[in-house]
Amino acid sequence: MPEAPLQVATVAPPRTKQPLPPPLVMFGIFWLSLMLFIAIMADVISPYSYTALDLRNRLSAPIGFGGTWLHPLGTDELGRDVAARLIYSIRTSLLIAFGATIIGAVVGTTLGFLAAHFRGIVEQIVLALVDFSASLPFLILALAVLAFFGNSMVLFVCLLGFHAWERYARIARGLAISAGAQGYAAAVRQLGATPWRIYVRHVLPNIASTLIVSMTLAFPEVILLESGLSFLGLGVQPPETSLGSMVGYGREYLTRASWILLAPAITIMLTTLSVSLIGDWLRDRLDPTLR
Amino acid sequence: MLRFIGSRLLRAVITIIMVVTFAFVVLRLSGDPAQIIMGADAPPEAVDAFRTAWGLDQPVWVQYFHYFGAIFTGDLGRSMRDGRDAIVLVVERIPATLTLTLPALFIKLALGIPAGIYAALHRNSIIDRVLMIMAVAGFTVPSFVLGLLLVLVFAVQLGWLPSGGQESWRHAILPVVTLGIGGAAVLARFTRSAMLEVLGQPYIRTASAKGVSWRDVVWGHALPNAAIPTVTIVGFMVGSLIAGAVVVESVFSWPGVGRLLVVAVANRDLAVVQCVLLLVAATMVTANFTVDMLYGVLDPRLRSGARKAGAH
Amino acid sequence: MSNDAPLLRAEGLTRRYAMRRGLLGRSVEVRAVDGVSLTVERGRTLGLVGESGCGKSTTGRLVLGLEAPDDGHVAFDGSPMPPPGSEPWRRLRARMQMVFQDPLGALDRRLTIGTQVREPLDIHGLGDAGTRGEKVASLLSAVGLRPDQAARYPHELSGGQRQRAVLARALATDPALLVCDEPISALDVSIQAQVMNLLVELQERLGLGMLFISHDLRAVRQVSHRIAVMYLGRIVEEGEPDAVLQAPAHPYTQALVSAIPHPGRAGTRIVLQGDPPNPADRPTGCAFHPRCAAAVARCAVDSPSLKARDDGRLVACHVAHGEVDALKRAA
Repeated sequence: MPEAPLQVATVAPPRTKQPLPPPLVMFGIFWLSLMLFIAIMADVISPYSYTALDLRNRLSAPIGFGGTWLHPLGTDELGRDVAARLIYSIRTSLLIAFGATIIGAVVGTTLGFLAAHFRGIVEQIVLALVDFSASLPFLILALAVLAFFGNSMVLFVCLLGFHAWERYARIARGLAISAGAQGYAAAVRQLGATPWRIYVRHVLPNIASTLIVSMTLAFPEVILLESGLSFLGLGVQPPETSLGSMVGYGREYLTRASWILLAPAITIMLTTLSVSLIGDWLRDRLDPTLR
Repeated sequence: MLRFIGSRLLRAVITIIMVVTFAFVVLRLSGDPAQIIMGADAPPEAVDAFRTAWGLDQPVWVQYFHYFGAIFTGDLGRSMRDGRDAIVLVVERIPATLTLTLPALFIKLALGIPAGIYAALHRNSIIDRVLMIMAVAGFTVPSFVLGLLLVLVFAVQLGWLPSGGQESWRHAILPVVTLGIGGAAVLARFTRSAMLEVLGQPYIRTASAKGVSWRDVVWGHALPNAAIPTVTIVGFMVGSLIAGAVVVESVFSWPGVGRLLVVAVANRDLAVVQCVLLLVAATMVTANFTVDMLYGVLDPRLRSGARKAGAH
Repeated sequence: MSNDAPLLRAEGLTRRYAMRRGLLGRSVEVRAVDGVSLTVERGRTLGLVGESGCGKSTTGRLVLGLEAPDDGHVAFDGSPMPPPGSEPWRRLRARMQMVFQDPLGALDRRLTIGTQVREPLDIHGLGDAGTRGEKVASLLSAVGLRPDQAARYPHELSGGQRQRAVLARALATDPALLVCDEPISALDVSIQAQVMNLLVELQERLGLGMLFISHDLRAVRQVSHRIAVMYLGRIVEEGEPDAVLQAPAHPYTQALVSAIPHPGRAGTRIVLQGDPPNPADRPTGCAFHPRCAAAVARCAVDSPSLKARDDGRLVACHVAHGEVDALKRAA
């Protein structure tokens, strides 16, 4: 096969368009945006308050299964509208998940930086804490803490925040050490910069993308943890409602009124699926060296 | 080699000490341990007697040592609900939990690992994509949702299997399947990425270029190297044999350790909670230590132990 | 601040590391730097030459105070060096700077070089927002970059341009001392000459004192007013560059010089025997004696000290000082 003569490019090639994410990831982005919208606009779009009772219409089925438009997703055993409770549950669950993920990232990154900066005994303590954290399944640890301290919302969010802190600590410590040994952090240090400046203005922006990927991977885990604990009745307490607690309360009516349980269950599934897909895609794009 | 074993053993011991310390600190912080362990309705004399018996009127560090001693003699207090020794309560439930977690572990290994390997070897093929979608679905679905859905389909609609309790072997099917699927999905994904990472290494290409058959490359080079990180996660699963079924046991009303723990937490039955905590930590640490030892066998880099001079 | 005191004086610098060797983990002490003393005068360059592992980079770090020596002390402009990381040390950075071997590693890949050249001014609070911009532009011009390149990122520049940017950043605070650690080793040969010329020109114009560390004898000769040769953590010879290169006194220097390719030069090339130096396994007596053609019995026993010869050359060698002949005659 004769070869075509080589063309020498005289004009710079046009910038390639950023490829669109694959369809599943697009769905994930769509769903997540929908969830965020619902969470933010909950007060506006919810047809009822999530505690409003409508005893005459107890256990009414959703649209298409014999119900009316009065309660499009049906009602529960106290006549509370499932759609309304779902909306507020989404907000609660997302708030908790965001809060916990951010707390974990901040605590973990700070401890990782401290270990990298001070080395010596500080580093040993942090590493020992990491070992401790990895030695117990987090669910057990959380249950123990909840048993001992009860479950106020603040405690609950902080507790969940600690579930993945050691990942951020490991990342921050590893990358800070390598930056400090040979690289730009050492160069800036010998310019006379304070440690604060080195870490905040130089190291942190450089490791941000790795941390963010880790956060997107941890986010669905928090949702699962929170919903699991709430399902067991140990997480979010009434009158607050979350996706997991809805499933928990709907369990008794599994046979008679399965819609009470299905709506939040499906929401949990789709949300964690979406964030996982987005997280995987982000990881492949931003940091192919990460596993 | 001795250094290696010694350092790992030391780490295991330190971790156990930390867990015990954690339990102790948390117990003390959450209120008067005597009152809590004896219960709210216990008569004041009994509480005082407990206090002196446990040395709670002594300085903190003395208590700490007593606490350690108590743990090693298995004296972890009594359950508030039925007054029996906490440790007896927990231990007698272990067989029930193992009935679920052991078969589930088998399913995880038998399904997850081959699926992950296959997906890695046939990367980007239809099978790979399907398997990975299933895997992602498998672990993003919370176990209680999966369990309840299975109940809905198989117990309620189809009536094939019972929905709760522990009466017959058939009662175990749905919980085992629920546990197995979630774990298999995690393992499949993990094995796949471990294999992919190994397959991308230059030495695989070299072996293939040397004329080694692909089958031998996979079995002789890729799999053993991919086994190393996989062993860690399997070790974690083994370590959670006792406590990995907390949610599933609650869904299926299965009387195992997990269910006991949940009920104890709800009732603030701290003696039982503390007992489960320590037991789980002990199991985990042992599993991790075993994994570390396996690493030493599997990974020749760790076996030699000597550091080259100049490698600073 | 007296003008008699040299810009930088280091005396008896020693830096030890502990390393584990062997299965049972015997701890071995490695002396990266062993009793090094040197002086840098204002506006003059001291070249430090040696092969990899001889401790010259560590010496550079000790001299700047980036690490604290285990023994010995450093005095900058007559005052002792503050401990590394402390506030006075940080402030002192404005007067002494380092240029690294790897310009890409020394720059933050997320920031433009304009921002990074400006950073020392921000850190030390020199000038105000307006004048800092002008200073950056003038610095970039001084190192041969165009001011519009300030908006570029490090990976968009060539290796030579990056090193110039690093130089510009180092000069931002008008330091009195510049320590260059293998500044041209990572560059293409054609660029090396340009950067060398730039260094010489900057030194003359700004009156910089410089410690120029390299394994390349020719480069060191080009910029230095004085040369010191290091071997296994010790200075073995010190003197004027031309004199040292034409008439090296220490056997090691002789071998180094003979290895420089020189068109048309007769002279035989001295090839060193024996193993390359391992700081963890230091020979007894003179560290060079296992590979030295002129070694005698005393060299394995007595470690020679750095002493001045009659012609002003400093050498650490028994043979070079003629002490061996005296022994032989006595025997």
